[in-house]
Amino acid sequence: MLELVLFYIFAAIAVVSAILVIQQRNVVHSAAFLGATLFAVAGVFLTLNAEFLAGVQVIVYVGGILVLFVFVIMLISVERAEHERQYNRQWTIALITSAILIAQIGYGLYRGKDSFVLPAAVIPPVVAAEGNSEMVGTALYTTYLLPFEIASILLLVAIVGAVVLSKRRTQAEE
Amino acid sequence: MVTTIHYLLLGAALFTIGIIGVLTRRNIMIILMSIELMMNAVNINLIAFSDHLQQVTGQVFAIFVIVVAAAEAAVGLGIVIAMFKNKETMNINEIDLMKW
Repeated sequence: MLELVLFYIFAAIAVVSAILVIQQRNVVHSAAFLGATLFAVAGVFLTLNAEFLAGVQVIVYVGGILVLFVFVIMLISVERAEHERQYNRQWTIALITSAILIAQIGYGLYRGKDSFVLPAAVIPPVVAAEGNSEMVGTALYTTYLLPFEIASILLLVAIVGAVVLSKRRTQAEE
Repeated sequence: MVTTIHYLLLGAALFTIGIIGVLTRRNIMIILMSIELMMNAVNINLIAFSDHLQQVTGQVFAIFVIVVAAAEAAVGLGIVIAMFKNKETMNINEIDLMKW
């Protein structure tokens, strides 16, 4: 029962803040509501017994990506964008497309809802006794070691790319 | 009792909100934030199935999605800054350097 109440609270915060993210005129307000959504999604992860992911969500998304967004918003001027038209001309088509998309997803979920029956006793009791971080760490460093290394290379490339894109040109280069 | 369907519906709602943001807004910062919303929706789905099937694989993939989201945000915001230096705008309709 408590689980249900918590889920509905977090889900309501996430969805309402997400709607506010895409309809705010001021980008800084959007960023604040994005933070609320990310925290609520971290709470949803907690109700799914993914404690490690909830921590990673708060640290990486709120502490890293969102702060990066706010930094960039501070670097570029916000005032002019506030007085422009906020939505482009094709918003009716976009809304119709999104309505079709959610109808399709909903229909698929409705048709498949009987298949969401948990097969009995998949989980060995020894694994269940381990902590969540332990399980994720073991899987990450044994089975998924190669993807893990590739992900680190991707991050390195992204760092170099971001620095190259945003650095000031020196005299010699021009 | 919270079932997997609840989480999938939440993920679908967040994903659709993100798509609406990407398709309708003209401010590039909000478009990037909408993409982050969509990645979060995918993460909810992955972790819901991880919990449903009692396997840790979904959580590992969610970590990879977060890594890709961080890389995408860094490069995307770098592009926004470089573009703002050239065109002084955040409006995607005015970004048409490659159009002739």
